Amino acid sequence: MTDQATSPAEELDEVGPATPAAQVVDATMTHGPKRKRIRWGDVAPPLILFGFIVGVWYLISYQFMNEQRRSVALPPPHVVIDEGLLVWEENQGIRPILEAMLVTGRVALMGLFIATVLGMAIAIIMNLSRGMERAVFPYAVVVQTLPILALVPIITLWFGYGLKSRLIATVLIAIFPVITNTFFGLMSADRQHHDLFTLNKASRMTRLWKMELPGAMPAIFTGLRIAAGGAVIGAIVGDFFFRRGEIGIGRLIDNYAKDLRTPELFVAAIVSSLFGILIFVLVGMLSERVLRNWHDSAGRET
Amino acid sequence: MFTLVGWARARSATSFTEDMMTETEIAASEQRRDELPRLRFEHLSMVFPDGTHALDDVSFTVHAGEFVTVVGPSGCGKSTLLRIASGLTPHTSGRCEVDRDSIGYVFQDATLLPWRTVQRNVELNAELQGVPKAERRAKAAEAIELVNLVGHEDKYPKQLSGGMKMRCSLARSLVLNPAIFLFDEPFGALDEITRERLNSEVLDLFQRERFAGLFITHSVSEAVFLSTRVLVMSQRPGRIIDDITVPFPYPRDHDLRYGAEFGQIAARVSHGLAEAHA
Repeated sequence: MTDQATSPAEELDEVGPATPAAQVVDATMTHGPKRKRIRWGDVAPPLILFGFIVGVWYLISYQFMNEQRRSVALPPPHVVIDEGLLVWEENQGIRPILEAMLVTGRVALMGLFIATVLGMAIAIIMNLSRGMERAVFPYAVVVQTLPILALVPIITLWFGYGLKSRLIATVLIAIFPVITNTFFGLMSADRQHHDLFTLNKASRMTRLWKMELPGAMPAIFTGLRIAAGGAVIGAIVGDFFFRRGEIGIGRLIDNYAKDLRTPELFVAAIVSSLFGILIFVLVGMLSERVLRNWHDSAGRET
Repeated sequence: MFTLVGWARARSATSFTEDMMTETEIAASEQRRDELPRLRFEHLSMVFPDGTHALDDVSFTVHAGEFVTVVGPSGCGKSTLLRIASGLTPHTSGRCEVDRDSIGYVFQDATLLPWRTVQRNVELNAELQGVPKAERRAKAAEAIELVNLVGHEDKYPKQLSGGMKMRCSLARSLVLNPAIFLFDEPFGALDEITRERLNSEVLDLFQRERFAGLFITHSVSEAVFLSTRVLVMSQRPGRIIDDITVPFPYPRDHDLRYGAEFGQIAARVSHGLAEAHA
């Protein structure tokens, strides 16, 4: 299990845009003591806790609820599995949930991508021009505290119920952590590094490309992680507002709650949680890949 | 001339070390370096926009073959002197004569880019100044050899000790063969043993590369051990209050520090410093 998990990662390392030098370092890192082995001591505690939670679930379901309430408020785990997870029908069980997740997931991922590119571009422009910084920065800070979902009805009014509106809502939520973190990352470049580049008569763009931007990568990834969470939540909660058009997971959850289809409601909640975790983990892996050795990923040589 | 010597070195670096340079190349290089004073301050004063009077009527010259150290109390404007010499800070009055295209600047910190390997950090100055890739590779390899970092080329700064980072920083400046090196308290953060070892290595480089040196430090022993001349600077506004010639020939041995004559000179520098604080 462990070996299967690590070997594709090693292959990835070697096809990456690495110089022979970096390959040597990568190889020593994967074969070194850092290699992870699954140890019983690491796995047992969360498994035991999981068993405990399932136990409490059964206990509450059977001890503290009558039959009617049980089926509505907290069906026991095996019912959730039987009536939700294992049912594969046109309008029942897990199939519509996965289909709706696909709709919402696509919005979240596209929104995150757009927010990343646009957010970094805005932060770079702010960094290059004091005027732009003064103009944009107050809003970048304030808008983070605004309940953007409250704007969704207005967005719908202007752009309809299609993909465009959903993307705008998601991008609005995800873009600000990208802007502020990228900007702070660019601004926090070391003063002596600036002196070093000044002494070498580096141009503004060289400074950005070879010093500020690579130096900002850790901050940018911090922003991306926050943005990823925001994009998923934004896309799901945004679904509640998009009552027409393709059915997203948020709207499906809303429908199940109204129809008291509790087992499916539980499955939908679990599926959307897993999706959030998946995106978070993917961003984390990307961050790890880029920052592990402080690879010169942002400023390839000319 | 500079480019010619540089080219010859780049070419030689792949197969030989520097000892293998031909006689004429060495002669040419020596002649170039002995022509003029490398750095001259005349009645230099510096008042910062906030009114801080940092330097007051400072005049001295660093000639080729000289290693001049400036000692002084914290905040006396020693570092400002280097920033003015390198052009990082414009001065307010007086003159500063130096060839700005031939300066090596060693900062207080190693200032390595953490996302670059040793090799690529050493190449940085040359890269920013547009030296072609093959040439800067070769020069960097040569500089890495000079600072004893061979075998560490592919490491990242986080894998290096403080002394190794400083060596890497030295190598980065060596690549462009500067005529004068400005050192801004480079070893202040290192432990005593590493510091003394790096002092000896700087002297090796000084003899080998024949640059002129202007070194800023707090340490009296470091100042006397390295220099041909020690200048003592007063508290702000900084003035030169003593100019002490250190007569020991190079190469200097580590044990020089424990001799009587060294002690006398160090005592004079110390007394000057005590006066500067008064």
